[in-house]
Amino acid sequence: MSLNEEVEILRNIPMFANIEPSKLKLLAFTSERHAYNEGEYLFRQGDEGDSAYIIVDGEADVMIDTDDGPLTVAHFTKNALIGEIAILTDVPRTATVKATTRLDAMVISKELFFRLVMEFPQIAVEIMRELAKRLEATNVRIRELSAA
Amino acid sequence: MAASATEGGGPGRLPGHETPGYRPNVPLERSIFRFIMKYSKRQQLVVLALTVISWPIIYLTLELPKTIIDQAIGARGGWARDVLGAEMEQITFLMALSFGFLFFVILSGGVKYVLNVYAGRLGEQMLRRLRYMLYSRILRFPLPHFKKVSQGEIIPMITAEVEPVGGYVGTATSTPLYFGGLLLVYLGFIFAQDVFLGLAATALYPLQIYIVPKLQKRVIALGKARVREVRGLADNIGESISGIAEIRANDASVYERAGIARRLDRIYTIRYEIFRRKFAIKFLNSFMAQLTPFFFYAIGGYLVIAGDMTIGALTAVLAAYKDLSSPWKELLNYYQLQADIKVKYESVVEQFDPPGLFDETLQLTDDAGPESTGPKLDVAGLAYSEDGQNRTVDGVTFSVDLDKHTAIVGSGSSGRDELALVLARLATGTGGRVDLAGRRLDDLPEPFTGRKMSYAGPVPYLFSTDLRENLDYGLRHRPLRPAAEAGDARRNRYIRDARAAANIDADPTADWVDYDAAGVPDRDALDRKCVDMLRLVDLGDDLYRFGLHGTIDPADQPDLAEAMLAARAALRARLDETQQSALVEPFDRARYNTNATLAENLLFGTPAGAAFDIDRLAEHPFVRQTIHEAGLAETLLEVGRQLAETMVEIFADLPPGHAFFDQFSFFGSEEMPEYQHLLARTSGQSTGEMREDDRLRLRSLPFKLIPARHRLGLLTEDIQARVLKARDIFAGTLPDGLRGEVEFFDPERYNRAATLQDNILFGKVSYGEANAAGKLSTMIGEVLDSLSLREAVMVAGLAHSVGVGGARLSAAQRQKVNMARGLIKRPDLFIVNEGIGNLDGAAQRRVLDAVLGEMKGRGVIWSLHRPGFARNFDHVIVLKNGRVAEQGSFAELDREGSALRELLETE
Repeated sequence: MSLNEEVEILRNIPMFANIEPSKLKLLAFTSERHAYNEGEYLFRQGDEGDSAYIIVDGEADVMIDTDDGPLTVAHFTKNALIGEIAILTDVPRTATVKATTRLDAMVISKELFFRLVMEFPQIAVEIMRELAKRLEATNVRIRELSAA
Repeated sequence: MAASATEGGGPGRLPGHETPGYRPNVPLERSIFRFIMKYSKRQQLVVLALTVISWPIIYLTLELPKTIIDQAIGARGGWARDVLGAEMEQITFLMALSFGFLFFVILSGGVKYVLNVYAGRLGEQMLRRLRYMLYSRILRFPLPHFKKVSQGEIIPMITAEVEPVGGYVGTATSTPLYFGGLLLVYLGFIFAQDVFLGLAATALYPLQIYIVPKLQKRVIALGKARVREVRGLADNIGESISGIAEIRANDASVYERAGIARRLDRIYTIRYEIFRRKFAIKFLNSFMAQLTPFFFYAIGGYLVIAGDMTIGALTAVLAAYKDLSSPWKELLNYYQLQADIKVKYESVVEQFDPPGLFDETLQLTDDAGPESTGPKLDVAGLAYSEDGQNRTVDGVTFSVDLDKHTAIVGSGSSGRDELALVLARLATGTGGRVDLAGRRLDDLPEPFTGRKMSYAGPVPYLFSTDLRENLDYGLRHRPLRPAAEAGDARRNRYIRDARAAANIDADPTADWVDYDAAGVPDRDALDRKCVDMLRLVDLGDDLYRFGLHGTIDPADQPDLAEAMLAARAALRARLDETQQSALVEPFDRARYNTNATLAENLLFGTPAGAAFDIDRLAEHPFVRQTIHEAGLAETLLEVGRQLAETMVEIFADLPPGHAFFDQFSFFGSEEMPEYQHLLARTSGQSTGEMREDDRLRLRSLPFKLIPARHRLGLLTEDIQARVLKARDIFAGTLPDGLRGEVEFFDPERYNRAATLQDNILFGKVSYGEANAAGKLSTMIGEVLDSLSLREAVMVAGLAHSVGVGGARLSAAQRQKVNMARGLIKRPDLFIVNEGIGNLDGAAQRRVLDAVLGEMKGRGVIWSLHRPGFARNFDHVIVLKNGRVAEQGSFAELDREGSALRELLETE
């Protein structure tokens, strides 16, 4: 898999969709590529969040620890961006992510991510836009729930 | 070989009272002349004899040419002459005289050669003696003296300052004698011609002899001042090096520069003054030398014109005077040199005579003293004062059992530091006494105190060698087993020359390590003991890491190399078993390693010398040739161009100096404009049209490409296949001269240039596998444990170089090594002065407990920086203002209002 393919993947992620290709190339080039075996953990709930992951190939389960053991709450497939909340805020991982197949991911370290944001306000704007969108979606959902 | 002390008298014997010409505690001669006479009287007589022998020979070389001209050539008509009863024709006579002349010229040269060599050797021998004496004295300086003199001052004294002394000593008698003699010979020659001429030629000598020393006096004083200033300069530089962090952190570099400039100015001024005076003397000398001919010309010329003197006689006088001037000048030079050396010598030796010099017999004796320290250490009325006034230890009296552990606690100024130093005999008490093994501590020989006792201070020094030699430093007292070549001619010469200069003749390359003292039979067992002790002081994990990241020479350690190959196989098997083989991409001659750089793929080995620096591989002529042969030259150039374009595209927007350049780019930000320019300039050009320096530049870039890491897709399968071909060409055509420069990867062989860890891995850690390095590190540990090799790796770690003064270790690591060093010699009494203050809190407690456990049943006296630790000791002595405030068990002292409680509360 070459850099150009990784740039394509990044482009499919809403947060990076409007960022110019040379910046995405920089992001791709400076990130690492890691492979995980089936059943291997990308990270566990409570860990310190040090990087975000983009699934290039394979699938993963998102699980939350409950009193009755782990509960699978979501399932991620190709092109999903995982763990970005933990690198934007300083909270520990809020969930565990485990590869359910052989999984290939781009790993963007927290340091790298922040450097990019500092260097290119454009990325920061895109992230704000994305977060605002999510907030709006959450508000809509709360309104729906309270209306119901 | 059995551990046995070398018999006295053989090579390696200590120069004590037995070594000819060496007596301990010899005072330093305060004057250079007495030094020369005391240690080289006989040799100076030889020089004198050789000089005297040369005179008649020189006279003959002067006399013969005259005879040849006057009698052999000058005589007219056929004649025969009676020489030693044989009749000689004129030609035969001429030949005889000519060959005679040749013979004496050679003889004179030969005598001069012998004299020069002998005098040169004598000078060097005396210099060696002097330097050794000075160095020996440093080893006997009372420790507090080192607070007053700096390294920067002492080192140049022994190295540079005494250097000219050697040259002088060799010629001290020969130069004045030789040139004085020469002068006399010439004078004799002249006086033999004409007494009046002789008197005229030497008329001004008395004046010169009177004036020159007067002028010289001031120069000598200046010389002394200059020596002092240069020493000060060395001291300033030394301080700047030691205090570099403070200088930089306080923006004091300008201040320091100003200080140095002032020092340099003083040296400059003194030197300038010396030059002015020295050359004034020279001027005066040569003026007076020319004054005599002036009289000859003026008065002699007048006499010739007046007809009272023949022109021939005047010419003869002038010629004779010319001959005289050269030895006379040499004599005057000698006088100046002599005055200079006298200053240098005196200003050095006066620095090496501090009061309280340690008794040398106690250091050099072969008497090891009592069998053990005995059951008790008694201190009675002990006082200590550094300056003779303020007593930091005063009237201290106590007695401790040496099968128990004693803590000394007190504030930093309580005198516990000084007390520990006095008990370790590193400082001498100024009053009272310390008794050990039934004797006064002061009278015990160093072979006793240094073997039966250990001392660990707060700021340990590690020698600039490896861990192993630092650990067994406490076992190297005397040469025990001669080196292999002992007893041969080289060794005998060494001994002879060493003794001639009163140096020690012990062989430093012999095996000095006293295994008995450590309670082990041999080196291997001692290594294991070193590992145990380092584990004990909490340095085991570090040691294991040093081992894994160190290299070994399989020729020296074939077993370990073999074991590492077994570990290599075991790791591979384990990776396969657990289906994790993707963590490492193994080296395979037939395959391109995508986790390695192109350079590594091409070399397919580890550089073993300087020739194939992996970062500059593309520049090596043989590599360039290989690339050509493999048809890769243009391809790599094209790849380099694409790589440069990509880098420019990705990184061009980043500000210069951005951290990403260092971390990710193939070139630094400062090179960015050059590459942008290069690409613009060559755009549209074919690779063949480019300039040679552009080609080299672009071609070097892809050598750092790692496909699995950079994921640029530039190294296609076709290119990889051609690199494999180049790899074969490289190995196949490598010239013999470069064969030692690379260790090729070979699955069956140990790679001496690679670390133990790389030998076990035999491949590159995969960039693509999550947490590969961590997983592999765990797995290597498991493999080594399963093969019982962890200890062997730790033993290999003992070869870890500690750097200058131990600088490659942290302060805490140095303290740990120092504690282990103290334990290895199994002392009867271990005196610790703080010792572990740089360790973190938990580690301090662990190491303290471990050391006390190891010393169970033997004596420990520990001056504690944290009074709380006293809980672990049998007996506690509380010091306050240099006096014993209270003593007893911790439980007894730990009560309301006690001095110990007070200390515990402030902790």
